[in-house]
Amino acid sequence: MALKIVKGSIDRMFDKNLQDLVRGIRNHKEDEAKYISTCIDEIKQELKQDNIAVKANAVCKLTYLQMLGYDVSWAAFNIVEVMSSSKFTYKRIGYLAASQCFHESTDVIMLTTNQIRKDLSSPNQYDTGVALTGLSCFVTPDLARDLANDIMTLMSHTKPYIRKKAVLIMYKVFLKYPESLRPAFPRLKEKLEDPDPGVQSAAVNVICELARRNPKNYLSLAPLFFKLMTSSTNNWVLIKIIKLFGALTPLEPRLGKKLIEPLTNLIHSTSAMSLLYECVNTVIAGQYWESVGNLCVQKLRILIEDSDQNLKYLGLLAMSKILKTHPKSVQSHKDLILQCLDDKDESIRLRALDLLYGMVSKKNLMEIVKKLMLHVDKAEGTTYRDELLTKIIDICSQSNYQYITNFEWYISILVELTRLEGTRHGHLIASQMLDVAIRVKAIRAFAVAQMATLLDNAHLLTGNTQRNGICEVLYAAAWICGEFSEHLENPMQTLEAMLRPKVATLPGHIQAVYVQNAAKLFATVLKGEEGNTDGTAAQEASQLMIDRLPLFVQSANLEVQERASCILQLVKYIQKLQQKDVEVAEEVNALFAGELNPVAPKAQKKVPVPEGLDLDAWINEPPSESESEDEQPKAIFAKEEPKHSRPRHTEVDEKELARRREARKQEQANNPFYIKASPSSQKVYQEAPGVEHIPVVQIDLNVPLKVPGLPMSDQYVKMEEERRQKERAEKKKKEKKKRKEKRSGRGKKHDSAPESEEDITPAHMVDIVTEEMPENALPSDDDERDPTDPHKALDIDLDKPLADSEKLPVRSHRAAESQKSPTDGETENATLQEPKKKSSKEKREKKKDKERDRKVYDIQGNLQDGSQVVVSVIFENKCNSFLKSMEFNVLDSLNSKLQRPEGSGPHDGLVVPFQLPPGVSNEARFVFTVQSIVMPQKLKGTLTFIVKNEDDSTHEKLDFKLHFTCTSYLITTPCYSDAFAKLLESGDLKSSSIRLEGVNMPFHHLLARICFHHHFSVVERIDSCASMYSRSIQGHHVCLLVKTTVSIDAKCDEPTLLGNVLDEIKQTFSQC
Amino acid sequence: MMQFMLLFSRQGKLRLQKWYVPLSDKEKKKITRELVQTVLARKPKMCSFLEWRDLKIVYKRYASLYFCCAIEDQDNELITLEIIHRYVELLDKYFGSVCELDIIFNFEKAYFILDEFLLGGEAQETSKKNVLKAIEQADLLQEVRPALTGKAVIIIII
Repeated sequence: MALKIVKGSIDRMFDKNLQDLVRGIRNHKEDEAKYISTCIDEIKQELKQDNIAVKANAVCKLTYLQMLGYDVSWAAFNIVEVMSSSKFTYKRIGYLAASQCFHESTDVIMLTTNQIRKDLSSPNQYDTGVALTGLSCFVTPDLARDLANDIMTLMSHTKPYIRKKAVLIMYKVFLKYPESLRPAFPRLKEKLEDPDPGVQSAAVNVICELARRNPKNYLSLAPLFFKLMTSSTNNWVLIKIIKLFGALTPLEPRLGKKLIEPLTNLIHSTSAMSLLYECVNTVIAGQYWESVGNLCVQKLRILIEDSDQNLKYLGLLAMSKILKTHPKSVQSHKDLILQCLDDKDESIRLRALDLLYGMVSKKNLMEIVKKLMLHVDKAEGTTYRDELLTKIIDICSQSNYQYITNFEWYISILVELTRLEGTRHGHLIASQMLDVAIRVKAIRAFAVAQMATLLDNAHLLTGNTQRNGICEVLYAAAWICGEFSEHLENPMQTLEAMLRPKVATLPGHIQAVYVQNAAKLFATVLKGEEGNTDGTAAQEASQLMIDRLPLFVQSANLEVQERASCILQLVKYIQKLQQKDVEVAEEVNALFAGELNPVAPKAQKKVPVPEGLDLDAWINEPPSESESEDEQPKAIFAKEEPKHSRPRHTEVDEKELARRREARKQEQANNPFYIKASPSSQKVYQEAPGVEHIPVVQIDLNVPLKVPGLPMSDQYVKMEEERRQKERAEKKKKEKKKRKEKRSGRGKKHDSAPESEEDITPAHMVDIVTEEMPENALPSDDDERDPTDPHKALDIDLDKPLADSEKLPVRSHRAAESQKSPTDGETENATLQEPKKKSSKEKREKKKDKERDRKVYDIQGNLQDGSQVVVSVIFENKCNSFLKSMEFNVLDSLNSKLQRPEGSGPHDGLVVPFQLPPGVSNEARFVFTVQSIVMPQKLKGTLTFIVKNEDDSTHEKLDFKLHFTCTSYLITTPCYSDAFAKLLESGDLKSSSIRLEGVNMPFHHLLARICFHHHFSVVERIDSCASMYSRSIQGHHVCLLVKTTVSIDAKCDEPTLLGNVLDEIKQTFSQC
Repeated sequence: MMQFMLLFSRQGKLRLQKWYVPLSDKEKKKITRELVQTVLARKPKMCSFLEWRDLKIVYKRYASLYFCCAIEDQDNELITLEIIHRYVELLDKYFGSVCELDIIFNFEKAYFILDEFLLGGEAQETSKKNVLKAIEQADLLQEVRPALTGKAVIIIII
């Protein structure tokens, strides 16, 4: 023995410890990967040793390697081994490794339940602490369910050190196992008044997190928190409480009034910026704006003026929140925010930009955009400039161009933006141009003129290869000029510009638009020349097309090529007609008749699904898999056999044809996607009044449209200002009159706001065409809330009194047991789901079509009373009717009896204490008394219930069998190796053994399976074998020695029980 | 609630990571790589906050180490800065003017201190003294490894 220890120490001395590993990695900078792979090999060797110190050292090194990004999931079992060491040193390392490496899909986690439970109840508070810390990182729904009660007990531990950890971890448990919230909540609430400030603050933290997600359930706690808020001096706690009130006040306006005073005091008095910031945030969220709002904005101004970048940033962030609810308060600080655009910190500039987005009004839009345009010129670095560009467009286009009063100005801004060097956002500008030109009918003439200039000066945009992104603008320009060519001053000139040879250097999709729109222009030219007796101009146009188009016919881009050849042939034909003096203009124009209307982006989604259309249904029966497998090889080898399988029905009589035709028509009539030959909707548009009735504004063409490079938007700003002034002057006159009239009445209203939003009328009648939606579009019901949000499950009413059924899953004996002896009384919450049983149930479900409910049950032994077994049955209602008056009855056997309440007969059923609405499941527990546990047995039973439909109700019954396996009498009991050895040596046990055939799974999976399904615990694992232990409810010891050769040697003091348990184990593995 | 905390060097080497939300290793690696790059790319005079995905990132540089935390939308950035600072103070007290190497070579200690200070992404102890006391107590429990004397070694080798 002594030699062994010495040997272990020597081994250890030659092992690398963590420091050596780190040093080694730092010394092997060139071949780090290679060095680490040798280290991992060493670690693998170390993990095979028995010495726990060596193992812990190896696991510690693995944790470090995991951080470096190496996969260590293969060592999960070893980590569990180190976790279960009795020495704190190693346990701590094990738990650290687990918290870093384990996640929900780590399968060995289910092996840890017992170990964690043991550590949680350890007399050493640091063991408990380590377990709680670890658990907070890797808690799974299973662990949460099994350990919820233990953790809840720890919330009342004598040591505050444990209490505060237990309180904090409860939040994680709630998230994973929402059913625990209601049973645990009263105790959590108690902790708000814990004598220890640490525990108190932990409870505040947890409740604050919970309440933020589902505030309405926590309103009743408001008085308690109010008390805490006025008494606490800890800033961190105060911040949480104030945050909590921020969530509660929107639901309870009365709270707001109460809070005003303490909040104002805090804002005035605190020196902690974090607290001040939180107060301001709460004020913004709540209903206190009237009284404290101005104070907040003042404080924020101080933050923004501060030299500390962080405060400046947060100030702006808070301002943007205020903006949403009280835009006026922010707008008065426009100067300050515009100043921030000059800040050297880009993130602050971007924040300021965000704010500007919300600050614009009809009044100041032009001014703000002008400032931004200046910044665009000054800006260094393309990313920030691109950001500015997108912001300018966002600001102008927001809420359907609400703030733009002068679209001519906007178009000229867009045109100016095209002169930006190296921007990526050509596409964005282009889509804005298109959008405005299409939707604002009044602006088309102006837009077309501007676009024509752009096309004429296309070389400015494409000249520099760096500016590639911007040439997208030409796409829009060409399309606008083509589509609205009737507004063109000189279509011929534009046509010429669009067919320049240089165009062929543009990207393919733009060329395609050029070609197509050249054709539209051509049509317009023809139309324009129609009246002239002298047809030379028209012929010139045709000649121009015929000369230039061949260049595009040669294009490598298919789209361009196709369009060009099509149009070229068309023009050639037209030319021939022209030579014969045939009037063609009208017919050519008919090619491009009709107006293209904008379609809403969501239009497709909104098309209602027609009744009876099931897109998931098979149109043809899918071929069965076996068939295709069998037949395919045949088809390869067998030479084309004549297929006479398909009967030919060439001779279909007339009647049949007519019937089919009729059916098809019927179907097409009902099919929304079938385009009918009836008069198209296009005509409707043409005939509809509107286009002619829109007042087209006469544009003052003295504005130097044709000088590229000169910013024109400024001129529009001036013009607009003049116009507004004029308007204002007129208004004032009117107002004066009005005022005179009103003075006599009530004159108070007119004092404020020299110019309000509504006063500004747009420069010209703007008719923004709304986007088209399909007919009978469904109303939008986009539920934005993420269905996978874990917090949704925690939306639970906490004020309702606890029902009897709402208890944390724990067996009745647990509390007593753990008091008796915390070290050895650990029993697993034997949750066994009988796979076999379930499958047979499912089978029956298929047989019996009208199966009303499904049941899954657990059988749990009760250690306290050696003859009691608790069966929990989950009833799930799978039908659409309401189930009530359920009665559960079992035919007792000599050995097992259902415990019935006193006074009831031996054959009476037990009433299930709940009803089941459709789709709901619930759990009921029944206690059985069992005499002998050495044999498995089956009990027959029936469940009777009333099925209640809307109009009638029927009484039905369901037969079932309960299978009491021997396994269900076993209770996981940990055992130490020395005790285990003694037990084996005692010679009281009879032995037996089995072999498991055809099992090939990793050894630790095999062990996990035995632990899980048969309630064993691993005593010791040495290389290729492991010893396991379990105890029956009547105190029989069951010992197993499992070998990697998949044989099991077993010993037990009751041979019959042992035989049956082994049979059951065998069965478990035969199923996999 | 804090979602995770990362410590990394100016060279972008990860020194410590603590995740308070369950994520797969792949996702963790991706996030780490992305954040380290983003934070290192920021200029020294820039503020300590940035918006990233739907989270807020709060970071601060101490000497050669960046401390970087991810918090949720409604959390308080300034208090997160205070938490980072408090953690640095704790490390400083424990190691005695801490430097990057202390954290590299005793990385498990750095975790233990963090775990006593934060649990599940929430501050569990606001008092510096209490955290350090807990760590010292736990360290006392840690048995000292039997130091092998040179003599013993020689005997065995002979």
